[in-house]
Amino acid sequence: MQAESIRVRGLVQGVGFRPTVWRLARDCGLVGDVRNDGEGVLIRVLQDSPREASAVSVFLTRLVAECPPLARIDHLERSVIHDEQILAELGGAEGFQILASAATAAHTGIVPDAATCATCAAEIADPANRRHGYAFTNCTHCGPRLSIVKGIPYDRARTSMAPFPLCAECAREYTDPADRRFHAQPNACPVCGPRLWLLDARGRDVDAGERSGLDAITAASRLLSAGRILAIKGIGGFHLACDATHAEAVAELRRRKRRDAKPLAMMARDLDVVRGYCRLSEQEAEILASPAAPILLLERRTDAPEGAGPAGPPLAPRIAPGQSTLGMMLPYSPLHHLLLQSWSHPLVMTSGNLSEEPQCVENTEARDRLSGLADAFLLHDRDIVNRVDDSVVRFMAGEARVLRRARGYAPTPLGLPPGFARTPPLLALGGELKNTICLVRDGQAILSQHLGDLEDAKTTREFSRTISLYLELFQCHPEVLVVDAHPDYRSTLMGRDWAAQTGQTLITVPHHHAHLGSVLAENGWPLDGGPVLGLMLDGLGYGADGTLWGGEFLLGDYRAFRRLASLAPVAMPGGTRAIREPWRNLFAQLERAGGWSVWRDGYGELAVVRWLQSKPLALMQRLIERQLNSPLASSAGRLFDAVAAALQVGPEVLSDEGAAAIELEALASFAIHEVDEGYPFARVAGSDGVLLDPHPLWSALFADLARGRSSAWIAASFHRGFARALSDLAFELADAHGVRTIALSGGVFQNHLLLEAVTRQLQGAGCQVLLHRQVPANDGGLSLGQAAVAAALLLD
Amino acid sequence: LSHGSGGRAMAQLISELFQRHLDDELLLQGNDQALFQPPPGRLVMSTDGHVISPLFFPGGDIGSLAVHGTVNDVAMAGARPLYLAVGFILEEGFPLADLARIVESLARAAKAAGVAVVTGDTKVVERGKGDGVFITTTGIGVVPDGITISGDQARPNDRILVSGWIGDHGVAILSQRENLGFETQIQSDSAALHTLVASMIATVPDLHCLRDPTRGGLATTLNELAHQSGVGMQIRETDIPIRSEVAAACELLGLDPLYVANEGKLVAICPPEQATRLLAAMRAHPLGVDASIIGEVVEDPQHFVQMETGFGGSRILDWLVGEQLPRIC
Ligand SMILES: [Fe+3]
Ligand SMILES: [Mg+2]
Ligand SMILES: [Zn+2]
Ligand SMILES: [Zn+2]
Repeated sequence: MQAESIRVRGLVQGVGFRPTVWRLARDCGLVGDVRNDGEGVLIRVLQDSPREASAVSVFLTRLVAECPPLARIDHLERSVIHDEQILAELGGAEGFQILASAATAAHTGIVPDAATCATCAAEIADPANRRHGYAFTNCTHCGPRLSIVKGIPYDRARTSMAPFPLCAECAREYTDPADRRFHAQPNACPVCGPRLWLLDARGRDVDAGERSGLDAITAASRLLSAGRILAIKGIGGFHLACDATHAEAVAELRRRKRRDAKPLAMMARDLDVVRGYCRLSEQEAEILASPAAPILLLERRTDAPEGAGPAGPPLAPRIAPGQSTLGMMLPYSPLHHLLLQSWSHPLVMTSGNLSEEPQCVENTEARDRLSGLADAFLLHDRDIVNRVDDSVVRFMAGEARVLRRARGYAPTPLGLPPGFARTPPLLALGGELKNTICLVRDGQAILSQHLGDLEDAKTTREFSRTISLYLELFQCHPEVLVVDAHPDYRSTLMGRDWAAQTGQTLITVPHHHAHLGSVLAENGWPLDGGPVLGLMLDGLGYGADGTLWGGEFLLGDYRAFRRLASLAPVAMPGGTRAIREPWRNLFAQLERAGGWSVWRDGYGELAVVRWLQSKPLALMQRLIERQLNSPLASSAGRLFDAVAAALQVGPEVLSDEGAAAIELEALASFAIHEVDEGYPFARVAGSDGVLLDPHPLWSALFADLARGRSSAWIAASFHRGFARALSDLAFELADAHGVRTIALSGGVFQNHLLLEAVTRQLQGAGCQVLLHRQVPANDGGLSLGQAAVAAALLLD
Repeated sequence: LSHGSGGRAMAQLISELFQRHLDDELLLQGNDQALFQPPPGRLVMSTDGHVISPLFFPGGDIGSLAVHGTVNDVAMAGARPLYLAVGFILEEGFPLADLARIVESLARAAKAAGVAVVTGDTKVVERGKGDGVFITTTGIGVVPDGITISGDQARPNDRILVSGWIGDHGVAILSQRENLGFETQIQSDSAALHTLVASMIATVPDLHCLRDPTRGGLATTLNELAHQSGVGMQIRETDIPIRSEVAAACELLGLDPLYVANEGKLVAICPPEQATRLLAAMRAHPLGVDASIIGEVVEDPQHFVQMETGFGGSRILDWLVGEQLPRIC
């Protein structure tokens, strides 16, 4: 008798993998069994005849081809079974069986929340189906995961579905391997599952409705049509929703949310509605409709492009002021599908919070905190255990790039590059803003969902809680904690405390080394792959010399780096205040570029000069001269802010540090194709390497302002010139050090014009360019880099 | 002023100066120590070195500050300060007129506070080895029976109070030193707080904690108390008294007023049912008219000091290690 075992590793548990194996094995007439165990899935099949042997091959081909939507096969390994006892066992078996899970510890963690699959969507739309109109419909191919899990093993008792015992019919589905809901932990129906209701602002039940919740949804939709703002409990948090074409509703939402300019995300019923407002490529349509269902930043339609279909009714003007893009997503829960059913234009679906805060997850909390924001509440009784925000993706330089990695993506493990297999378990705590954490175990990195800004108290508490959850979900006992070098980051402070309490080793990684490690690790750059040139552009981070960095040319790898060049450091008068008020950066730039009086005297007629003169410039001068709360920073982000200020683009006081730069990018995109040259930069010798000096840029920019050039033209000239100066210097430095690979990271590379221009030029010069895709280029990817850098240190 | 052995004339001058202004009986005896009968009760003792630039600032100078600083440290145990010892370190060449002003101010502050300067010392260091003048003061006081005030006494649900406007001193010093030229001059709040403390403990004897939020400001002091007591704190931004000119100056300078030094303010923590009485007692005293209840002590294993912001958000007031370097990437 002959038999073989097939070991499958990857995302294969809790995603309907065993039933697929079972179905295909039976189709192919195989005898054997399948089970989950600590390493993934183990399939055993008899192979007595050549016919059976070929059936196994067919089976495996089909398994790869028909892999369930949420599963991912990383590794398939076949081996002959010699064990007589196992052979006897299989020989006596009838057909193909699904066995209970082996008791060994689960090592495959948990998969991301997935958008409603087409089959479930069809069921809720079908009046004959028992789930017609039911907002909590799901199956093994879709539905909540990370957002409802409390611990492992992943079964219903350890999720927020625990209070909803399965009815007989749901239980039958759950136990039938032929059913799409076999072992679907959140399985539910109107008889046994969670319920939906609608409350008005005063907490009165507007429409208790029928069991399916369809009445509440209909009533909610009616309120939206009337221009009302609704708080809607979703998968990983609350949304605030309103009609995106309703100008007053959108203005009111902004007013209540205290959100002046930041673009609002929208949800559209289907791709056709999206096409009415945006240019949409095939690849982009695929991303929108994927199980991750992220917010996708799409180029806004200004005309009626070929084949795009008719434009929808115009959006409210305040949806995305100053933007050339719109943030769109498709419905990703049954509730969304039902709510949007009758909407032929988009709804605003923005996170349910005041600006700066994390969104709400609990009913009472939402009622409390959103009471001044929402006119009504569409609530349900399935708890959101873990806050998981909407992910944000943009197509740039030919690929989808994740700008914010949360729902639909996290916590999918990322394979670490060659050389990292033996990394001891470790936990990297990330940065301060846009924080994520990263675990390493078994040669894999598990990057958490976007957690947010640790300056917020609530986020900080969630940060601790998320760490405990991840350690449990992934059965990780880190011996090492990794933190940023900034002494005052909350994550650094907490990491220090924990390490002191537990005796864990604490490793500190400079901010921009972590950014470099992040882009290297994501691209599978081997541990011993040798140095690359890293171009790291961001707001700012604590540099290796204790000053603030943010426009860095680093030569290095995971283990070490040298700073070969940077942007010229410029004072930030008022420290953090200078990040909030871009005019301070403009003034500091002009002070450095020959002195304020030169610009004042030369360009006294310009609006921007008159505007600056209304500011307390003497005080700023004093702060800079006395080095009083005016740290020097070689920051690319601050340069963008200064240019935005020169054009008086963006809010005068930023609540979101990237806001001015994002508007500058949008402005530039209108003229980028008219500009060839771009503004010049100079190079000067610094104490430790070359400094890229923006002085000439200011001369050219002010001359253009005086000449009456358009803001778009100037913004585009800045982008072009900056990209050229960066690429030229990066290439020369790489060349001088015999390096052909250039890695780009840091939040400034979420600017698509800069990313594309720098990439194109470097690739044109024959360089290999490493870019982020799955991992955000900004501080959301920092923890991965911290983990990789620390791992390299530990492995030596 | 010259230093070293040749400075007999100088020593003479200084001693005359001190005798003229510090006419305490014990000091005038001319001994190298002060001899006195300890009063009954528990004694507290505190010492503080005072270095400040500029030496003269709106609302005070290093002389008065050296008295207030130590008197307040003694008073924060609930004590009545009795005696002060004063050590001067002078830099060679320091103008005698300035020294006279400082000594006079110190003497006046001590007299006003009702504490006796009973012993002292003066050294002169070479030019370049000091910064004009440093003053070290050591104070002794007596704690009334039944009073136990300490930084580890804060209990969940206790109320947190401050005695008045926050941030005045630090902003006054900075704008004077750096010649920042703000339109309205901000005065240091430098003051001796022991009489305020006396009336507070007379009203609420089971006061739990007192501390003066000097260096590091209110935020740092609250963090210290939270850690010492093993609790968390929840405060409300809108209840913290900050003068609009201080807030405006801080905004211009990019400083957080909650981390700016005070020299005439205290933080008090008391049981919740005593809070209104305590507040009334504070407001009845000239140094506490602007007192306010700013928040509560809460249970929190992480000992966070959390502040509800004006916008309804909530941020953690960190115990900063560095010099407020920006943290935004
Ligand atoms: Fe960064
Ligand atoms: Mg002291
Ligand atoms: Zn489904
Ligand atoms: Zn059911």
